[in-house]
Amino acid sequence: MTFRAQHLLGIEHLHPSEITTLLDLADKYAEDNRKGRAHRGVLEGLTQINMFFENSTRTQASFEIAGKRLGADVMNMAMQASSIKKGETLIDTALTLNAMRPDLLVVRHPHSGAVDLLAQKVNCAVLNAGDGRHEHPTQALLDALTIRRAKGRLHRLSIAICGDVAHSRVARSNIMLLGKMENRVRLVGPPTLLPSGVEDLGVEVFHDMREGLEDVDVVMMLRLQKERMDGGFIPSEREYFHRYGLDAEKLSHAKPDAIVMHPGPMNRGVEIDGTIADDINRSVIQEQVEMGVAVRMAAMDLLARNLRAARGAQAAGVMV
Amino acid sequence: MKTHFKNARLIDPETGTDTIGDLFIADGLIVDSCTPDDVIDCGGKCLAPGIVDIGVKVSEPGERHKESFASAGRAAVAGGITTIVTRPDTDPAIDTPEVLEFVERRAAIDAAVNVLPMAALTKGRLGCEMTEIGFLMDAGAVAFTDCDRVITDTKVFSRALTYAKSCGALVIGHVQEPGLSAGGSVNAGKFAALRGLAGISPMAERMGLDRDIALLEMTGAAYHVDQITTARALPALERAKANGVDITAGVGVHHLTLNEMDVADYRTFFKLKPPLRSEDDRLAVVEAVASGVIDVICSMHTPQDEESKRLPYEEAASGAVALETLLPAALRLVHAGHMDLPALFRALSFNPAKRLGLACGRLTVGAPADLVLFDPDASQKLDRFSLKSKSKNTPFDGAILQGKVIATYVGGVNQTQVLADA
Repeated sequence: MTFRAQHLLGIEHLHPSEITTLLDLADKYAEDNRKGRAHRGVLEGLTQINMFFENSTRTQASFEIAGKRLGADVMNMAMQASSIKKGETLIDTALTLNAMRPDLLVVRHPHSGAVDLLAQKVNCAVLNAGDGRHEHPTQALLDALTIRRAKGRLHRLSIAICGDVAHSRVARSNIMLLGKMENRVRLVGPPTLLPSGVEDLGVEVFHDMREGLEDVDVVMMLRLQKERMDGGFIPSEREYFHRYGLDAEKLSHAKPDAIVMHPGPMNRGVEIDGTIADDINRSVIQEQVEMGVAVRMAAMDLLARNLRAARGAQAAGVMV
Repeated sequence: MKTHFKNARLIDPETGTDTIGDLFIADGLIVDSCTPDDVIDCGGKCLAPGIVDIGVKVSEPGERHKESFASAGRAAVAGGITTIVTRPDTDPAIDTPEVLEFVERRAAIDAAVNVLPMAALTKGRLGCEMTEIGFLMDAGAVAFTDCDRVITDTKVFSRALTYAKSCGALVIGHVQEPGLSAGGSVNAGKFAALRGLAGISPMAERMGLDRDIALLEMTGAAYHVDQITTARALPALERAKANGVDITAGVGVHHLTLNEMDVADYRTFFKLKPPLRSEDDRLAVVEAVASGVIDVICSMHTPQDEESKRLPYEEAASGAVALETLLPAALRLVHAGHMDLPALFRALSFNPAKRLGLACGRLTVGAPADLVLFDPDASQKLDRFSLKSKSKNTPFDGAILQGKVIATYVGGVNQTQVLADA
């Protein structure tokens, strides 16, 4: 087994073998979750704090359930309502929490790089639950697990990531993960929603949905944020749906067994047609949510093992 | 006080020469010869005109905890800078003769180097009404600038330029199309995309420059661009100069020695305005300094306290301190073979002095004895906490810098010695 990381801040710093290790473990947890087999001893005695500086329902709930299934003491902090309103800086908040000696810190923050900054200041394992437009590693890992289970492999696949790539941390983490595992990644969307310099990231870029979906194995849709819909980046919601919304006709250009993914929450009728989202033969959207819990269990399990090893070594006076 | 520097490697940017010889100073001026009270054997080390640094932020009034005239003066002496030309982006802005006089009084008491203040071009740097340019010039303002704020109303800007021309005032501007660059914190491109940070296109600089050149053709004003940092802007600058527009340009030392990749994992000490650019841009700008298209190298010294930098990248303040690192960092260009020492001092001393109409910046007889004696080869690892500046926000922390100031003379006085004795 190889998984050396102290924190899970992004896909960028993970080795492909670490990704495989994590997915293998998550696969086991997914099966055990289905069988109702509990693993309360894994994180027993450890404290997990979920610090969300940005609204989240699904990710926070997923991390909470994952922690509780493994026996951690889980605490949720709604940071928007708390000290940042009183003018406390991120680092002071981190130091305050650190003094309470948590073991696992799950953080979401609206600014790119904020979770990296926080991780430098604390003595526990930090999991990035999304930082600005930068990374959302557990989402990419759960997407990878879903793909691997549906396709039987996680290499040599052709995967189209469609929509608002520019503002999406999910897209960045997925581009890196799928690239590391040697897949062909295509980005499909209007040029205003693709970041400049994206051609240099080792992907193929398409501005036409039908061309972009031609013969792909996986269609990964991204959420279009409400605030970006009017005028600024695209002319209107209806024009976007017409040109880039996933419907049966556009999907017919992909391979017949192509799967459809979406990180949620969906805007039905904007980026995806409701009937596609609900088509159990194509859509794996519910499975993604299920894999989310398993992946987060695996991530926290592996980080806790490294944390315990490091603390044990420290107690024994060994440098690690 | 009369001094004879012997066995000095004289770096003369005016004549472009680099020779071993003697220099005599008497009563604060460079002279032909004299009977010296003191003979200094330079041991073959370099003696060059002291640096004239346009665009230094001293945080008085308003934020003296970041930098005072005393600390900026000590930092300048340590860096071989003999004249600092200060920015008016203080709190309050330096936009009235009264505030300007406060600054001059504070500088006269505390600063170990020459301090020449600039004043705001518009009141409060708000871009709406021009300041009292005439009164401010009488009070000692050497140039007029709203610093990094762009005057978006071209009617206001053209009137201010026209009025400034009638007063014989130099205007310094920041070229940037503010709409295009809005919200960005790093250079647009692959690095910005990877880090998930909003980018600033190099085209925003070129558009800002094009606009300002058009206004200069219209008004005939004398104009200096604070920083040109992109390859895209260079042809327009070169063309404007060829067409006889009264324009010069500078560049900050960080943009000559670092690129966008140095930001790495959101290192906020590398957050500058404009942002660090691509390596291609950096090399183009270095070449432009060597060829003289860009006239001036400056520090763009911007002190920031730890609190304003210890934030997520997009929220962190921009700017870096550089009074002490300007010369050793700029010497990288010499060590890398991009230019020789006289060419470097043309950009550090001679051109800025000439643009401001100062007598310093040269080794000619009759010029003020503002000099820097330095060893271009001595190397040291920089520890930011050893800096004389009150603020320690340098991107060169831990870097090996080659080049060490031995002594800085201001008006013939060895200020390095004076500060050491104090």
